[in-house]
Amino acid sequence: MISVRNLTKQFNGQTVLKGIDLEVKAGEIVAIIGPSGSGKTTLLRCLNLLETPDGGTIKVGDIEIDSSKPLGKQQSKIRKLRQHVGFVFQNFNLFPHRTALENVIEGPLIVKKEPLATVTERAIALLAKVGLAGKENAYPKRLSGGQQQRVAIARALAMQPDVILFDEPTSALDPELVGEVLSTIRALAQEQRTMVIVTHEMSFARDVANRAIFIDKGVIVEQGDAKSLFGAPKEERTRQFLSKFISDGAPQNSAHS
Amino acid sequence: MIEESLQLAMDSAPYLLKGAMYTVVLSIGGMFFGLLLGFMFALMRLSRFKVLNWLSRIYVSFFRGTPLLVQLFIIYYGLPQVGIQLSPLLSALVGFSLNMAAYTSEILRAAISSIDRGQWEAAASIGMNRMQTLRRSILPQAMRTALPPLGNSFISLVKDTALAATIQVPELFRQAQLITARTYEIFTMYLAAAFIYWILATLLSHFQSRLEARVNRHEQDS
Repeated sequence: MISVRNLTKQFNGQTVLKGIDLEVKAGEIVAIIGPSGSGKTTLLRCLNLLETPDGGTIKVGDIEIDSSKPLGKQQSKIRKLRQHVGFVFQNFNLFPHRTALENVIEGPLIVKKEPLATVTERAIALLAKVGLAGKENAYPKRLSGGQQQRVAIARALAMQPDVILFDEPTSALDPELVGEVLSTIRALAQEQRTMVIVTHEMSFARDVANRAIFIDKGVIVEQGDAKSLFGAPKEERTRQFLSKFISDGAPQNSAHS
Repeated sequence: MIEESLQLAMDSAPYLLKGAMYTVVLSIGGMFFGLLLGFMFALMRLSRFKVLNWLSRIYVSFFRGTPLLVQLFIIYYGLPQVGIQLSPLLSALVGFSLNMAAYTSEILRAAISSIDRGQWEAAASIGMNRMQTLRRSILPQAMRTALPPLGNSFISLVKDTALAATIQVPELFRQAQLITARTYEIFTMYLAAAFIYWILATLLSHFQSRLEARVNRHEQDS
């Protein structure tokens, strides 16, 4: 489904990603964890070209972007790729001047040019699915952070993507709102959707993901079956990182979902 | 005395109103073409291409840095010397549009830049191209920021159209001048002209408030 080869990215001369190789199979749920500044969010943003890689190739389905060639000439391919890759932002990034329903229908209506009746019907169903039936006509400002993030998930789903990328979807939320967003993602996981999730919610990642990837300083340090990576990490750095989390009490955060 | 003045004002009303028509045409025309051009210059300024960027900067710098009156004189009195002869009305319209474009482009540029990068990214993430993003996401939001200063510029323009009197356009102020020259009722005529400008400006700010309320809909507690 997703295939990344030798991905590199620099910011102001600092190398953030040092040649990442990554495979995500259809139906697989991958959690990416790592300390802040490790490059995990950059990696995720590179997957749909929100960040411009400095080197390497990104392939989603049969669309391949080669960052060694000028990206300006690959713009239409990039837009094509993005139609297949949903993205859920840390800060939701809903369109504030549009209602929940309008936010959800925007992509299919404007980009895919689907008929309004079809997309409206789908959008209403999706909003109900994320637990927001009745909120169709609410503007984002009238919704809580958790509700906004669920609208954002519905917006991503409305494009009927092959894969959904989550960039720390609960980091901007008040603690009591984290659970509702995590259960929404959990419900999607049960549908065998392909998902890549960057998160700090360790117990959530362990429960939901098939595979976990630990990134530090721009390289993949360790990856493997989620249960065993969290339960018995092989690398010393992974162990250190995870132990810090447990002593912080962070995993309990997501226990209620 | 007052009766005479009123009588004079009534007699002059058709001339003043005819002048006011010119004022309205120049204002609306100047704003319309000014917005259109200004939007173009704003996009040039935000473009990745250095050349477009600089062209836009130079344009704005020149038209904001020179008096409108001088610009009008260059167009109406100056251009004929290089073989371009425009009627008074057209000269004024061109002058006001070009001048307005410099101001609106700055307003629009600032408003567009004020929109959070996340909005561009959200639009990109559902596969929108640059134009779709601007039209559907950025501009509707930028209009909220841009409307108050645009309204100010528009009201300034309405008043600045009086400058067209100096290049023979028979607009409101020019009509008042002409009547004054005939009747010597200086106070009455200029006061009448001022009232008409005032009414136009008031109508405009009323229209502006309604428009602002409209674009701010989603901010209200419904």
